[in-house]
Amino acid sequence: MSYNSTTAIQASLKKRYARERRFQWYGRLAVLTGFVFLFILLADIVSKGTPAFTQHFIRIAVNFDADKLEVSANPTEEELYAANFNGVIKQSLREMFPDVSGRKDKRALYKLISIGAEYDLRDSVLENPGLIGTKQEVWLRAHSEAGSYLKGQVDTQLDEADRRVKDNQIQWLDSLRAEGRTESRFNVIFFTAGDSREPELAGIKAALLGSAYTLLVTFFLAFPVGVLAAIYLEEFAPRNRLTDLIEININNLAAVPSIVFGLLGLAVFINFFELPRSAPLVGGMVLSLMTLPTIIITSRAAIQAVPPSIRQAALGVGASPLQTVFHHVIPVAMPGILTGSIIGMAQALGESAPLLMIGMVAFIMDVPGGVTDPSTVLPVQIFLWADSPERGFTEKTSAAIMVLMTFLIFMNALAIYLRRRFEMK
Amino acid sequence: MQTSTVILFLLAMCVVVYNLGRKRSQVLGQRIGGYSLLHSLPRHYGYMAAAWAAIPAIVVLILAMSFEERWLAGMVAEQLPPEARELPADKFGLYYNQVLGYAQGMVGAEQLDATQVAAGDYYRRLADRFASAKAALAFLAALVGAIFAIRHISPAVRARNHVEGIIRWVLFGCSFLAVLTTLGIVLSVLFEAIQFFKIIPLSEFLFGLEWSPQMAIRADQVAASGSFGFIPLLVGTLLISAVAMLISVPIGLMSAIYLSEYATNRFRAVTKPVLEILAGVPTVVYGFFAALTVAPFIRELGESIGLSVASESALAAGIVMGIMIIPFVMSLSDDIINAVPDSLREASLGMGATMNETIRKVLLPAALPGIVGGILLAVSRAIGETMIVVMAAGLSAKLTANPLEAVTTITVQIVTLLVGDQEFDSPKTLAAFALGLVLFFVTLLLNVIALYVVRRYREQYD
Amino acid sequence: MNTMTATMDGATDNQRESDTAEKAPLDIRDHGDVGDYETIGEPFVDNAKMSARTVNVHYGDKQAIKDVSLDIGENEVIAMIGPSGCGKSTFLRTLNRMNDIIPGCRVEGEITLDNEDIYAGNQDTVLLRARVGMVFQKPNPFPKSIYENVAYGPRIHGLAHTKAEMDGIVEKSLQRAGLFEEVKDQLDKPGTGLSGGQQQRLCIARAIAVSPEVILMDEPCSALDPIATARIEELIDELREKYTIAIVTHSMQQAARVSQRTAYFHLGKLIEVGETKEIFTNPRHQLTENYITGRFG
Repeated sequence: MSYNSTTAIQASLKKRYARERRFQWYGRLAVLTGFVFLFILLADIVSKGTPAFTQHFIRIAVNFDADKLEVSANPTEEELYAANFNGVIKQSLREMFPDVSGRKDKRALYKLISIGAEYDLRDSVLENPGLIGTKQEVWLRAHSEAGSYLKGQVDTQLDEADRRVKDNQIQWLDSLRAEGRTESRFNVIFFTAGDSREPELAGIKAALLGSAYTLLVTFFLAFPVGVLAAIYLEEFAPRNRLTDLIEININNLAAVPSIVFGLLGLAVFINFFELPRSAPLVGGMVLSLMTLPTIIITSRAAIQAVPPSIRQAALGVGASPLQTVFHHVIPVAMPGILTGSIIGMAQALGESAPLLMIGMVAFIMDVPGGVTDPSTVLPVQIFLWADSPERGFTEKTSAAIMVLMTFLIFMNALAIYLRRRFEMK
Repeated sequence: MQTSTVILFLLAMCVVVYNLGRKRSQVLGQRIGGYSLLHSLPRHYGYMAAAWAAIPAIVVLILAMSFEERWLAGMVAEQLPPEARELPADKFGLYYNQVLGYAQGMVGAEQLDATQVAAGDYYRRLADRFASAKAALAFLAALVGAIFAIRHISPAVRARNHVEGIIRWVLFGCSFLAVLTTLGIVLSVLFEAIQFFKIIPLSEFLFGLEWSPQMAIRADQVAASGSFGFIPLLVGTLLISAVAMLISVPIGLMSAIYLSEYATNRFRAVTKPVLEILAGVPTVVYGFFAALTVAPFIRELGESIGLSVASESALAAGIVMGIMIIPFVMSLSDDIINAVPDSLREASLGMGATMNETIRKVLLPAALPGIVGGILLAVSRAIGETMIVVMAAGLSAKLTANPLEAVTTITVQIVTLLVGDQEFDSPKTLAAFALGLVLFFVTLLLNVIALYVVRRYREQYD
Repeated sequence: MNTMTATMDGATDNQRESDTAEKAPLDIRDHGDVGDYETIGEPFVDNAKMSARTVNVHYGDKQAIKDVSLDIGENEVIAMIGPSGCGKSTFLRTLNRMNDIIPGCRVEGEITLDNEDIYAGNQDTVLLRARVGMVFQKPNPFPKSIYENVAYGPRIHGLAHTKAEMDGIVEKSLQRAGLFEEVKDQLDKPGTGLSGGQQQRLCIARAIAVSPEVILMDEPCSALDPIATARIEELIDELREKYTIAIVTHSMQQAARVSQRTAYFHLGKLIEVGETKEIFTNPRHQLTENYITGRFG
């Protein structure tokens, strides 16, 4: 090398190394940005959702007076169902704060307690009719806004007009708290109730079961069909135009927007075959069509990875190609197939757009009892709650997201575990 | 008889037929001197017989079930009084649904008028009769098939091949479902879209600059027909997708480069799965994040520097969509960059190029077609993404390129038009299918081009 | 496993004896460890361009090169031969630190270029690789035009300031690589469109475009047909005037044709080195003889 070029290169080195360092920093920055986004997303949801797992109760002295309840001294069950527990609660509240007067203030006072409290009260009386005629200290569920104050989520510096918990309510709540009449408990109802218009009474049980039914239908349709299709394409399909067409279709379906599957479900399953709207059956059918490509593609990869020696051995002892596949190839490929199917199911569990199309967005309070009952699913429940203006629902939404993500993490961890075990063999 | 009961009985029947077929082949085998002289094992004859019984019955059941509702509706409608039959389509639907509800025991008789109750009773009788006929027909079909198959059994019949032939057809059917799905998508959106284009001319849809699908309730209202110009939706969709690409392509690509060319194995093994969590987060979660966290944040940020930002700005939806797509771009780029042969890396490094010179001047140009293909796939994803925009983008179609304003997208409009009460022949509902058609073909086109480009790219280095 | 080690140790003893004794017969299945070993022949020269002193290379736990010392003389062609996996390619790559990009690779010992330690802390791989160029086993032109392939090096190193200068470098390099006449009308065509032999000469042109002092060639003809091989061999002979060349080859004939000195590697050790004529006519070590007579490889 000439002296000239050596010096020329040496002269340029500093600049080039600076550029190299800069470039590496861009890379680190990009990775870091991804991490930061993920962190913000998770932190945002966890911080918003955690309070939803607790709920405040207020202890009230309730007078189970038969007259006030508008029942006889020994009420029948039917009487109790029609009893005026609401009035009793209101009266108890008035007794605790005797100086509250005026309709507006009274209404504000009643709003401390959830409207669901009367049903809790009724249930406890149904269980123990001896309560009638006694006076008891009872823990009653707080209204979501009162609860949010007790959780410390209300900014008292804000102008009174700008917050939903008013000054007088704050005063009552403070005095209740000072008397030890408030308590934070684990929010059981969040897991045992269906949807509700009241945030403190809303739960995810209906949506969870809806998701379970939908996923069940999806699995029982998509898994067998997907695996059989993969077997056909990998082991039996002749190389011809038709097979090419099938393969092109599978690859394209994998990239078709999910909402388009919803349109298909609406037009074909609901309008043409007249299957019930809002039902997990149809939801499962739509999601199975959506996850089929994933299952087929991963199952094919798993079948492909089975060493040909196994096939040759089976064929060599006179097994038919079909017996070879079902007795020898599929068992070996099964962990891989399951991994792909679990990933497909996780996709289906998180999916909501196509389900909006087939009417799974209804307000469902009742827990569905079967695959044809109207129901909703967890992601759609999240969508519905996210749209609700009440602050209590924001919290519930985040909590529901945490539940959903827990399931997804579990499924993906299972898939990773299976894949690891598969790779070790 | 319930369909499920029928199926159970049919299953039981198949078991019986299986045993009969097996027995018969065993008897035949003994007669000619041993099972080994049979072409197939006795159980294969059993399977064959059972299949012959099951398949005709299933065909009968499927046919009957697909015509049941239609036939019943027709028969019941004939029995209805003329004033009911002459109701407009949507009212009639409601009326008939009440009849159905009564017949299925979900609506009490007291809520309905006498003609509906009568129609409901009639429906129930008809449905019972239809169900019995269906069951009888299915059993008959199974019986005929079984008898035929059992009589057909002889030592020379290649039962195993026969059964395997049937199974192969089933396997083929399962994979052919992919084609049927595509066909179903195309036909369902096309059929409704054609209805739509009969009302709204195609040119108005494709080139119209205004989108306001609110149809007048009364004919004499102003703007009685609504406008169905698709351009604002397209612009809105592209605007949000562009923002998403501006976020995801640089970050995804640079991350992929860093992880595949610079990072240590251990760093990569930790980082990649963590970033891929972003891909596993359900879109509804991103939607929530966009609507409740990012959008208010951007609005406040904008206001603090004196910009007016819509609360449902395209920027917020786009950024969050971009975050969602980062891992997608990253893993596609990673695959593509790894497909570039090492010999090119070595050639460049071997003459004294630094790593970033090698990446920028050799690897990226060599990988360019593949990366472009990957980006096209990502764009197709962004265009088809629904939940984020439904939750975080606007509803009103504004023709603007300003990402701080609220725009709407194709998918948002499909959802708004189809969620809630709908009449199936109004242009509003049909418009959703026309949009679906456009969405399907745009994404299909992008996917086909992208898959082709990526495949060509891979072949080049194989 | 134990028995295996035992036989290998036995082989080692055998070989030690064979060093002193007259070419003791050696089982060709013995690829065993040669243990501590002194290279036969003269590894050092007076006009050394590059010299290696007790170089050891490890890939993780595996040792690929053991105590190799060797000089490469100015303007000579030195051939490195030996069976697959003997470490000859690894040794070649340590000469311009191409091993650096392999994770887990560790180099010990001293390697100098013009008496400067190339593994010293202040040494710069960019400059080193510009001075010690490399041609690889498989022709690997960039998917760019012929012109851009050759211009790549000068461009990244900033060796040309004008278009005319660059044109000059490209033309001169292609001429030296003996390719110019064949491609002068299609400089803008992709380099990947050339035939295998032309591609390899393009890669040589690309390497000499940055005017290196040493060119390392890693089996440059193994992917080529005999005619293209002959062309490259001629080229190597011509290049010797201006450059120092180290070539790894699988072909004994090629080593004999193009090189002045030959080094024989076996299992990471430099067994024997000397004048090419000497090595091929009168190998002193049994392993060398076995190899060049084709008894294993």
